[in-house]
Amino acid sequence: MIRAALLIAALVCDGVLSGASHAAEIKPTRVVTENGMTVLIVDQPFLPIVTVNVLVKAGAVYDPDAKAGLSNMVAEMLDEGTKTRSATQIAEQIEFLGGELAAEGGEDSATARLRILRKDADIGFTLLADILMNPKFDPKEVARVRDELVGSLQSEKDEPSIIATKAFNELVFKGHPYRRPANGDEKTVTKLSRQDLVEFHDKFYRPNRAIMAIVGDLREAEALALVKKHFGGWTPQELPLPAFPAPEPLPKPTLKLIDKDLTQATLVLGHVGIDRRNPDFYAVAVMNYILGGGGFSSRLVRRIRDEQGLAYDVGSVFEANVMPGSFAVHVQTRNAAANQVLASVFQELKRIRTEPVGDQELADAKAYLIGSFPLRLDTTAKLASLLNLVELHGLGLSYFDEYPKAIAAVTKEDVLRVAQKYLNPDHYALVVVAKLAEAKIDANVVSTTK
Amino acid sequence: MTAIQRILCRVSVASLLTLIPAGQQAMAGRLTVHEFTLTNGLKVLLVEEPKAPVVTVQIWYKVGSRNEVMGRAGLSHMLEHMMFKGTPKYGKGVFSKIIETADKLELALEMEADRMKGLLLDEKEFKLEREVVKEERRLRVEDVPMAYLVEQMNAQAFMVHPYHWPIIGWFSDLDAMTREDLKAYYETHYVPNNATLVIVGDVKPETALPLIKTYFEGIPQGSPPPPPSIVEPEQKGERRIVVKRDAQLPFLYFGYKVPNFKSSDVHALAVLENILSTGKSARLYDALVYRKKLALQVGAGYNELAADPELFTFYATVKPAVRIAAVERAVLAEIDRLKKEPPTDHELQKAKNQVEARYLFEQDSVFRQAMLLGTAETVGAGWQYVADYVDKLRGITKEDVHRVAKKYLNEDTRTVGILIPLPSRSDRADAMGGAR
Repeated sequence: MIRAALLIAALVCDGVLSGASHAAEIKPTRVVTENGMTVLIVDQPFLPIVTVNVLVKAGAVYDPDAKAGLSNMVAEMLDEGTKTRSATQIAEQIEFLGGELAAEGGEDSATARLRILRKDADIGFTLLADILMNPKFDPKEVARVRDELVGSLQSEKDEPSIIATKAFNELVFKGHPYRRPANGDEKTVTKLSRQDLVEFHDKFYRPNRAIMAIVGDLREAEALALVKKHFGGWTPQELPLPAFPAPEPLPKPTLKLIDKDLTQATLVLGHVGIDRRNPDFYAVAVMNYILGGGGFSSRLVRRIRDEQGLAYDVGSVFEANVMPGSFAVHVQTRNAAANQVLASVFQELKRIRTEPVGDQELADAKAYLIGSFPLRLDTTAKLASLLNLVELHGLGLSYFDEYPKAIAAVTKEDVLRVAQKYLNPDHYALVVVAKLAEAKIDANVVSTTK
Repeated sequence: MTAIQRILCRVSVASLLTLIPAGQQAMAGRLTVHEFTLTNGLKVLLVEEPKAPVVTVQIWYKVGSRNEVMGRAGLSHMLEHMMFKGTPKYGKGVFSKIIETADKLELALEMEADRMKGLLLDEKEFKLEREVVKEERRLRVEDVPMAYLVEQMNAQAFMVHPYHWPIIGWFSDLDAMTREDLKAYYETHYVPNNATLVIVGDVKPETALPLIKTYFEGIPQGSPPPPPSIVEPEQKGERRIVVKRDAQLPFLYFGYKVPNFKSSDVHALAVLENILSTGKSARLYDALVYRKKLALQVGAGYNELAADPELFTFYATVKPAVRIAAVERAVLAEIDRLKKEPPTDHELQKAKNQVEARYLFEQDSVFRQAMLLGTAETVGAGWQYVADYVDKLRGITKEDVHRVAKKYLNEDTRTVGILIPLPSRSDRADAMGGAR
């Protein structure tokens, strides 16, 4: 959620403005169907279009270690053929209508998305229900998609930020499922079988694990009739869920160096952060905005980009997931400047933990987070995604009224307190992907950070 | 958006100020654009879109790579960065900060007007920002094999026209740039008569126009900037470029010389692009990814909203253990098929349905809507181009698509870029074999 703020910063810089006073106008309807699916509806009749997002609690956290990437592959396979439609027929049917239908995996959940014209809503729901409820996992398609997934895992090795993030997660989430990449690795994905996919789908793709957000040109009654017609036959099943142990904290600052022939060093530094239900979420959002989340005006940007010209992109993110996700500072700089950038990052982390933020800084951060809130709701797709998360995290339908109030209530003392509580100078991981001969990372920078 | 689309996008959308925007266009029907021109020549386009309590404000200046001269590639993009470095009234950093906290149309207008005339262009700030831009180049091009190939291919396809160089510029040109270059460029191009103000959102013309006049009318008109006169000579024969570097998979990127919006063939070319490339049922994905299993990703791109003609492009990421030559042959086979016979009625209808749906989907975002109008106006097509688009497209026939495929997708105007990965000896042998 805090990551979303960073994206908004980029949008607002492009000049989208909002009137905060209207933020309270989103009034979703929430219905739990007879078979246990939670449905959230926002009727927006402005354009004859409908967006439907179905989030299923079937994310990578449920993958067995030896089958990392399983949940992601199940999501990728949903539109690759059902018991009554081939992969080609699904693509042809939805695309002939100019609609869009896709599914993707994630850490906590998988999401299937539909975007279609109002006049075609019935066929859109037909296809959406079919891919969620009846995927066939045809052996030929399984083999092809598996090859593609392995191929894209290979391709990812060209992306320094992905290499760094994977190594970082392995360090900070030791003993916890978040340590594994949601899309697995070449070794585990190669071994995934049709049987694995069928079993995972049967277990996790159930209406009682699904949250459906419907936003657009459908009246409430129309939407509910479509849900009943197409999803009424989906059978619920209770599932005892595994308890995940907390990740083992790093005993000391831990450095991992990865050598690659690059012009820039990619640095990722951080540790475990907070989950979305943490009551300190809003204070952390303000604190992180000031530190490194605030688009072009954060302290890290001012210090490293504006004052020293050492990076194009620098920032910090709290991944507030169902379970505590990571806090991480990300930056890329020319190899030779890596130590200088690191020193600045450490200084800023220390400063926000030891000195109260300025009054103006606090006011600016809060004004931005509150003022930009409507920009997170200004398209049907954005609103549907946010509705899914509000329900997933149990934030309640008053969230749209509560968010601005919760941000407004954050004080300087809160910011200092959460900086001291959630930024940890003793137990962090630092991953550097660089041409190491040029970056010459100074181990002293790491060991003398306090 | 796939990884490849992201890279291709990155390359072309590096700046709002350039004349090479990315993305597809589709709009028509009930679009109501209020158009005004102030006495100093500033054009204003305003669309009332009250569906959400937001408004987007964009100023488009008619200046980009196309206006740069040899040795100063990246000047337009550099100036875009400097637009955030302050005026006498609003100091360094304020444009980023205030814009982020603004919830008033008036403040946004005041600040845009302010930086249209009084940019500081401080020497020290410029030198720091130049380093930031060099980091941006490293991040987006130097360390991204596919983006690097795209840049090299464009340099080969355009030998004379400034589309030869990248929007972000070359390192040595960035190093050679001076504050005086920027100042002269700013004074020449950042004048009201060379700009379009686009406002889309929850706003009424009768409230916005007086505010616009208050802040912009006082800015004096400038001399009309000199129009670029460089014309790319006709290409007589295929060109090929090979890049060998550390990379995981081979990548193919090629393009044909095609006309821009000024030609009556653009709508047929747009349908052609759709039939080849939109979705999993499109010809390229169906053939290369689904049936022949040669590529991880494949697609085509045509951007007619460019001030001068660009390329109709094709890209493919090669699947592990597949030869790039096989991928190239398979893409060319799909092109040849469209040159041999027209598409089916079903395909034509699908393409039209997709364009009409996309037109409605795009209106869901006020930002996207403003981008489209701003692009069309800035490259010289005019916003009416956007408004008329779907109607024009409805008139396209199968024979039109067949005709433009035969007319433009020809070997002699093709430029082919091939990325050969060099991590290990075995990969090298494989990719080299493919390149022959």
